[in-house]
Amino acid sequence: MHPAYSVIVFTTSSGAGYGLLFWLSLAHMAGRLPGGVMAFVAITLALALITAGLVSSTLHLGHPERAIGAFSQWRSSWLSREGVAAVATYIPAGLLGLIWLVGAEVGFTNILAMLSAIGAVATVYCTGMIYGSLRTIRQWNKGLTPVVYLALAGATGSLLLALLMSFFGAAAAWLGALTLVSLVVAGAIKLAYWRQIDADPGQYTAEMATGLGGQGGSVVPLDPPHTKPNFVMREMGYQVARKHAARLRRLSIITLFVVPIGAVTMVILAPGAASMLYLIATLAAAWGVATERWLFFADADHVSQLFYGATRA
Amino acid sequence: MTCLPKKTDKKLGLVIDLDICVGCQACATSCKEWNTSGYSAPLSDHDPYGADPSGAWLNRIHSFEATSAEGLAKTVHFPRSCLHCEEPDCVTVCPTGASYKREEDGIVLVNPDTCIGCKLCSWACPYGAREYDYDDGVMKKCTLCVDRIYNENIPEEDRVPSCVRACPTGARAFGDLGDPNSEVSQSVAERDGFNLLDEFGYKPVNKYLPPRINSVQAAPAVEEPAAPDGSRLEKLFAWADKALSR
Amino acid sequence: MAHKQPILDTSPKVSDEIRQTTCYMCACRCGINVHLRDGKVNYIEGNRDHPINKGVICGKGASGIMQHYSPARLRAPMKRVGPRGSGQFEEISWDEALELATEWLGNVRKTDPKKLAFFTGRDQSQSLTGLWAMKYGTPNFAAHGGFCSVNMAAGGLYTFGGGFWEFGDPDWDYTKYFMLFGVAEDHASNPIKKGIGKIKKRGAKFVSVNPVRTGYNAVADEWVGIRPGTDALFVGALIHELFRAQQIDLDYLIRYTNSPWLVIQDPGAADHGLFARDADGNPLVWSNEAGDFGSGKVSDLSASLTGTRTLPDGRTGRTVFELMAERYLDDEYAPEAVEERTGVPATQIRKIAAELAHVAFKEEVIIEREWTDAWGRKHDKLIGRPISMHAMRGISAHSNGFQTCRMIHILQILLGSIDCPGGFRYKPPYPKQTPPNLIPHGAAGDIKPEMPLGGPHLGFPHGPHHLLLDEDGGPNRLDKGFSWDAPMSAHGLMHMVINNAANKDPYGIDVLFMYMANMAWNSSMNTPGTIDALTKTDENGDYVIPKIIYSDAYYSETVPFADLILPDTTYLERYDCISLLDRPISEPEILADSIRYPVVEPDRDVRGFQTVLIDLGARLGLPGFVDDAGAPLYPGGYPDYIVNHERKPGIGPLAGFRGKDGSEYGVGEKNPDQLKQYIENGSFWQQKLDPEHAYFRHANRGYLDWGIEKGIRLTPDATIFQLYSEPVQRFRLAAEGHGDRQPPERARDRIQTYFDPLPFWYEPMEESMVDTDKFSLHAITQRPMHMYHSWGSQNAWLRQITAQNRLYIHTSVGKQIGAKDDDWVWLSSHQGRVKCQVKLMDGVNPHTVWTWNAIGKRRGAWGLSDDAPESNQGFLLNHLISELLPSGGGGYRYSNSDPITGQAAWFDLRVSIEKADGDEKTEPFFEPLGTGNQKPSPLKVAFGAEFRRKAR
Repeated sequence: MHPAYSVIVFTTSSGAGYGLLFWLSLAHMAGRLPGGVMAFVAITLALALITAGLVSSTLHLGHPERAIGAFSQWRSSWLSREGVAAVATYIPAGLLGLIWLVGAEVGFTNILAMLSAIGAVATVYCTGMIYGSLRTIRQWNKGLTPVVYLALAGATGSLLLALLMSFFGAAAAWLGALTLVSLVVAGAIKLAYWRQIDADPGQYTAEMATGLGGQGGSVVPLDPPHTKPNFVMREMGYQVARKHAARLRRLSIITLFVVPIGAVTMVILAPGAASMLYLIATLAAAWGVATERWLFFADADHVSQLFYGATRA
Repeated sequence: MTCLPKKTDKKLGLVIDLDICVGCQACATSCKEWNTSGYSAPLSDHDPYGADPSGAWLNRIHSFEATSAEGLAKTVHFPRSCLHCEEPDCVTVCPTGASYKREEDGIVLVNPDTCIGCKLCSWACPYGAREYDYDDGVMKKCTLCVDRIYNENIPEEDRVPSCVRACPTGARAFGDLGDPNSEVSQSVAERDGFNLLDEFGYKPVNKYLPPRINSVQAAPAVEEPAAPDGSRLEKLFAWADKALSR
Repeated sequence: MAHKQPILDTSPKVSDEIRQTTCYMCACRCGINVHLRDGKVNYIEGNRDHPINKGVICGKGASGIMQHYSPARLRAPMKRVGPRGSGQFEEISWDEALELATEWLGNVRKTDPKKLAFFTGRDQSQSLTGLWAMKYGTPNFAAHGGFCSVNMAAGGLYTFGGGFWEFGDPDWDYTKYFMLFGVAEDHASNPIKKGIGKIKKRGAKFVSVNPVRTGYNAVADEWVGIRPGTDALFVGALIHELFRAQQIDLDYLIRYTNSPWLVIQDPGAADHGLFARDADGNPLVWSNEAGDFGSGKVSDLSASLTGTRTLPDGRTGRTVFELMAERYLDDEYAPEAVEERTGVPATQIRKIAAELAHVAFKEEVIIEREWTDAWGRKHDKLIGRPISMHAMRGISAHSNGFQTCRMIHILQILLGSIDCPGGFRYKPPYPKQTPPNLIPHGAAGDIKPEMPLGGPHLGFPHGPHHLLLDEDGGPNRLDKGFSWDAPMSAHGLMHMVINNAANKDPYGIDVLFMYMANMAWNSSMNTPGTIDALTKTDENGDYVIPKIIYSDAYYSETVPFADLILPDTTYLERYDCISLLDRPISEPEILADSIRYPVVEPDRDVRGFQTVLIDLGARLGLPGFVDDAGAPLYPGGYPDYIVNHERKPGIGPLAGFRGKDGSEYGVGEKNPDQLKQYIENGSFWQQKLDPEHAYFRHANRGYLDWGIEKGIRLTPDATIFQLYSEPVQRFRLAAEGHGDRQPPERARDRIQTYFDPLPFWYEPMEESMVDTDKFSLHAITQRPMHMYHSWGSQNAWLRQITAQNRLYIHTSVGKQIGAKDDDWVWLSSHQGRVKCQVKLMDGVNPHTVWTWNAIGKRRGAWGLSDDAPESNQGFLLNHLISELLPSGGGGYRYSNSDPITGQAAWFDLRVSIEKADGDEKTEPFFEPLGTGNQKPSPLKVAFGAEFRRKAR
């Protein structure tokens, strides 16, 4: 699949935003989130990342001005559900932000926080399911796909929360534990995902796609329909060299997991440099998650390519 | 509305005979010329006179070399367009309802006025049948010439998709595949028509008829008839004389 | 929840108006319905009533919109102002252009008309262009048939008065076994496709004989992946098997062929190998009934097919049948003997022979229908041998193509399958006489200043006496047509014209006038050499070909080399006449012709070439184009000519709607409303044949008489199939020293060898002269179904389908040279080398490489950008094909053509292949041509957007 930068930015940015929203909501509910400016900045950052992501996602639309229509088909479409969930999440999260901005003392912030957390999970789950529900792409059509999205949102969100709180001098030991656990869990899930897709050679063949070749025969393309690539080939036929993919995979493991886990471990062991270490961890993870997301697309084989020379998908 | 209708009154579709398709591209270009000013007009072309010409086409003709288990290679021309599946995710994934399956005839359409161009439907199609028009910003696909097949402004016999109207070998037929008595259904039954990627489960309406081999049952080899002594030439002449004197 | 969906307008307006005309996206000439909306062409579909396509359309036809609106269209007359090839032109007015052309052409006509060479390409108006050239008085006229199909036309017409090519069709309704030899789809494109669809559905067997398995061959039930140039060995082996198994139609041979005719056997005599004749010139047969010699023209059913006879003059005569049997029963044609050379296993040859015999004689088709034969015998039924064959360029484009084509016809005739139910059928006005009684004109004595030629240029010589020679016995035509180099060159040798003119061999010319022929690129052999010839200068720096006038509708590679450009219209803007005098559109049971008319008016300063030619004819005062007072005869241009020209009294360009009220056909008075009636009838006219006249038309009394009445036949005599060709033997006798017209010494052996009155296989010329160990592969082209010559690449839709060609090689060849898909290779011949990309496949003869024809383009042409794949990766085989053969003994270099007909031997090419390094770009890589005053091409096409906006 063609890795469209708008979609990579969207899922990484809004993923981190929802992750942050989730954790700060939980932290608030647990009474561990410092109030005042810190809470407001945190939720604003979360909403800003979410909004930037959503805006970015509209960039790949042919008709962004019609995007309002995308909320209508939540009965069948994960993309629509994602839109609905995203908008719905703005309401409690926005109110929460507003309340924290004006510093009002109201009793129902925990309910708003809970709704925000639920919204964040639901939205990221929907995002994951947009991909996870596509049977045309075996690498995506896995139970782990939405889990990976959730885990990475959680990991990047926790890093952001830790970074923010360390900036505001509110770094606490539980933050180190939280980020460490989310990173380790996310890493484990992602590695499991990779193992799973690598073990799946694809169940569909060019012979099935064309109905040719008979029993035990083979089908290879002679001439493609057109000389130059068409939309389907550009969008669905993106190919990354195996060597290059492996290198990128290693890079993303290092930046997304090894470096942040190392940095967070150091925070736990030597809390003095928390801000700097969390910053390093966050920047590395941002790079890592973008790489991971790029690979998520580039590694994905689409069944339609069976008509264009792929032997299995 | 992107939920699929519970059932459709008809299952209009195409039957494509791979046994006689010679790959002339008539169906592809007829489709292009009809549809570029039809329901989903235009079908834009980019860099049409330059280094990387491409465009939105609703029907494309592949060619394959199919080699049997015994090693015999056969060239097969293979037209491919939307199969108007009975249960396709390309409809259900659409967030706006622009992609839908018609209840009356099962045709899968994109409403060009409400499509936001998110391309998700094309990701959900295993057949690569949806074509994004970069210029128009909406998804285009085979409409089964919905603006021809019921069109009262054209003669009744022409109310078939443009590709079918064009096909010189008669390799394309149009009809109701939901009606077991229709001509198309009968040809599918007679010729072991098949679904592309049946295993995928979208239940394509369009069917393909497999290539086949017509043969002549002749005596295994031309036997030289017994004849009086003499060379082959003399035998032939003797036979000719005898045959003509009868 | 209820299903909701938008309400659609399923009956939108399609167009404002439909105009019916004739397609010109290839040579097939289908009827089309052109839909117009807001004055623009918005849809083109097949005309259901049209005899050719019966409603269907092909990939090209349906892309006509993009051809009509091509950015490569020329816009106004132009005069060259920079050097040739620079593309520097000045737009001029039509008056200035025509005055200039008249001055150039007039001067030549006043001094030496030979100094004009007028050659046309893919035009469909040869009856007009030929007439014009005849009245002008130059011997140097032909169309492109010499590099296209003359072997098929000549092979067929000399043998049975018809031919493959466009002269006949398989009987698609009844045939049970169809063999296709080397046919691409640019002639009879839709009829063949319709036919193949029909017979496959009916369960008839389809055998294709072609080195490459694409296109029609892909759907064949059996593929014979033959080695190029060896078809006559394969066919000879089939004949061998049929003779051996005594599976031939003796009755048919006696009735309709010259197989009982007696051939003089007197080696050394001046008439050795000619037919023994009686005092009236009738060929002799031995009549068993009469116990005496009789005439071979009366279809004596008791005539003897065998036996050596002592002729009335005491010499010996043998029947054609015996000579033929002797030839093909020879071990030379045994399946085992040919299997290695042809690459066709002996078992497959035997099997096909058995199937042919089985279908012909065990599965005959009988139609209960009365008819009368040419000799008055009544028949109550039509007996058909349902074997049909078709052949085209794969046979034609070899230097042994004439003899191979004749051999295929002999196979058909031995099976009794010409013009019978299920067989191969003539399209009227065929059959013609054998040999055709159209004789070429343009010998030395015929050419005089300001005098027309005595008759048409092109024809069918019956012997050396019909050659067109100069005073010294050399060629009188620039292309050396009808000379000893190519004695039976019925279509001329357009492929030799430019190079001969530049070499002044046999002489120089003053004006080269061409129409619609891309000679500076894909229509020439040795393209680089041709470009050199077009730009060659003499010691004074003047061009050796001093003036070039060129007419075309598009900015092709040839335009920049011309001095004066006469811009033509597109096919939707013009009048045309697809005439029975030329290449008609008839079908086997339908006599038909058709027109084009402007369904839209040109939006540029362009004129239909035929109208321009008629104008030039009038300005030059050519007889037939001006009246006695010197006033133009056809001031209304081509439409005026189409209606008012008469070739003979009552016979004009169009056969339909003749007579004052349009009620007559064939022969009849001029009808001023003729074009109107054609247009009302869908731009064509057809006359169904009487069912009694549908078969055996070479000897069908009713048909022959009807043909005379309607002006499509010259004699009521039957056409007797010439299995043994006497005209061919006459040339051989000359080579043996007989007669007063003698070939030059260098040509004697060649003529003696190849002019065999009975078809035989010989090694193609190039192959016999180059090192085949080095050049071990054959290289040929195939035609993509969606392209017609070079035209398709300017078409925004069609070029998307094929914007680059690759060299297709057999998997085993790829393995041998270590090449995989898309690797670059050097392909070399004795002439030069090209660099190209390969694609591996299995469905090709292992000794053959091939590519799609005419996809490679030169930068600057066709409105394409300089980085277009066509010019950067696409390539032509033309660069490898020499127009001349290597010099044989004596140093003379013959044309790379069939020694009999002069047909360009494109497919004789032998090559070697090796992997290439370096730039991923084709070579030779030519400098871009200047693009003159052409506007830049658009970066985007969104055709039809305006119709949708309007509909909303």
